[in-house]
Amino acid sequence: MAIEVPDVRESFSQAIYTVTLGATPQEGGTRERTVTVGGERALPFHHFDGEIPHPPVVAMEVWDIPPQDWPPVVRTPFQDVLDDPGRWAAKCVEEYGADLICLRLVGCDPNGANRSPEEAVQAVRRVLEAVKVPLIIWGCGAPDKDNDVFPAVAEAAQGENCLLGTITEDNYKTLTALATAYGHKVIAESPVDINIAKQVNILAMDAGFPLEGLVMYPSTAALGYGLEYVYTIMERTRIAGLRGDKLMAMPMLVDVGREAWGVKEARAPKEEQPQWGDERVRGPFWEAATAYTYLLAGADILIMRHPEAVRATKLTIGKLMGEGA
Amino acid sequence: MILIGERINAGFKDIARAIREHDPQPVVKWAKKQAACGADYLDVNIGAASRDPADMAWLVEVVQGAVPTPISVDSNRPEVIRAGLEALDGRAAIVNSTTADDDKLEAIVPLAAEAGAGIIGVAMDARGSPQDVARRVENGAKIFMACVEAGIPPEMIFLDPVLMPIRFMQEQATKVLEAIREYTLLSDPPPHISVGLSNICSQTRERSLIARTFLVMAMAMGLDAAICNVLDDELLDAAATAELILNREIYSDGYLKAFRMRRGGG
Repeated sequence: MAIEVPDVRESFSQAIYTVTLGATPQEGGTRERTVTVGGERALPFHHFDGEIPHPPVVAMEVWDIPPQDWPPVVRTPFQDVLDDPGRWAAKCVEEYGADLICLRLVGCDPNGANRSPEEAVQAVRRVLEAVKVPLIIWGCGAPDKDNDVFPAVAEAAQGENCLLGTITEDNYKTLTALATAYGHKVIAESPVDINIAKQVNILAMDAGFPLEGLVMYPSTAALGYGLEYVYTIMERTRIAGLRGDKLMAMPMLVDVGREAWGVKEARAPKEEQPQWGDERVRGPFWEAATAYTYLLAGADILIMRHPEAVRATKLTIGKLMGEGA
Repeated sequence: MILIGERINAGFKDIARAIREHDPQPVVKWAKKQAACGADYLDVNIGAASRDPADMAWLVEVVQGAVPTPISVDSNRPEVIRAGLEALDGRAAIVNSTTADDDKLEAIVPLAAEAGAGIIGVAMDARGSPQDVARRVENGAKIFMACVEAGIPPEMIFLDPVLMPIRFMQEQATKVLEAIREYTLLSDPPPHISVGLSNICSQTRERSLIARTFLVMAMAMGLDAAICNVLDDELLDAAATAELILNREIYSDGYLKAFRMRRGGG
């Protein structure tokens, strides 16, 4: 006798907002292709519950100045291009299959190289010319300096439909206004705090920015360093969004490379930690393992560094999306 | 929380005059005001101003011309309800209301079922308003069963335990609260539970305070709908806060704004 299995599929009332980045010449930009994320009506990879129209994507990180604090394992693949953001970006796309480029304007940091808005614009132009994928442009994180730099950067990238970041609870008016004026999307950042995450979205909406133009960045922690806190926040955010909370229904972004390559488990050479094994294997693995976990939490965009970690993560995304099945 | 705007009712003098003279202006004004506050439904009631079902049709058409908000067709007379439902332009609606009397159930429940509308069932019967919890539960269950049998799904059934003025029947409020809790046990998912909120503060000085205090107490028991004054900002703030405390909404410092934004209000 056949046993009847109850139908336990979940259905949700609302889809996550669909966000498209980049613009082709027909759309007023110069990108060869656009990248679309979001639109899912189910928890991550629960294809049996609802439609998941767009796979998560990987953005590779490029800096406007050569990074000093990257360990050798993650510097080596880019050794010949670290002083040129254009060639660096091209290598990420052409050799390593990056879906997007995340240009980080670290050089503008007033406590570092303190580069000018004009120099930032040069870096943006270099990357826009060198690659034809959409761009994420991430400020140096010093609010006053970002507010000085972004007017020039947003204008220089006008019409390219970039993802600009970040806005926070204390600094959101300048960037949302610029994104509206020059046709870009915005990253809404919160410090591992779901209540503030929602508040940032409310503030952006109140400033007249459309909720459909936001990507949420709930902060990121590396494996072993509070990853599970971020995970639960992302999970709760996604469930609220799917259940109808319009203020929580945005695609989510995680900054995997920066966090993973900041911890000793990824960085320490074998000579210092012989029992941990070869850092050339361990480091990329640490980054990939961190990325996999966030995929399961609902990440739509992952920013990553090491080519091996990127390759493994993209392979995993393909499998979880049912490719080749 | 499902908020049903109470203001387009012939109990108000400007609406009574508007119905008698077919002057759309006050109706349009209150429809727009209540919709802007985020009302989920607008109650429309011709009350004692008219006995002509055509006046209900007129009132529904005027409201539909002004706002896209769903409508609560409010009458105890089947022919008036029918006229209101027939005037609908295809938008969502609820019938307000039937009682537990057999003749009302037989006449009104099929109207709602045929129109694909929701329905409010007021837990009264020919004996009058219920005075205890048991009568409220008995009548509520009877209405619920009649509606389900007529093909109305539980999520479109609203049970009203009959709220009394605190000034005259102070002992009734706790009985209403208990009945609300009992209604939540009728089915899974439970039916909606609604009250005519302004009844409780009738002829009191602290109308707004009494209304919102009862509202949050009733929400704690399971109330999820109310016919009320949606223009009362403090009432909406209290409802928004109760939803937070009941963990139906993720907290943010701007939750009051989020509550209004979610319901399309400003």
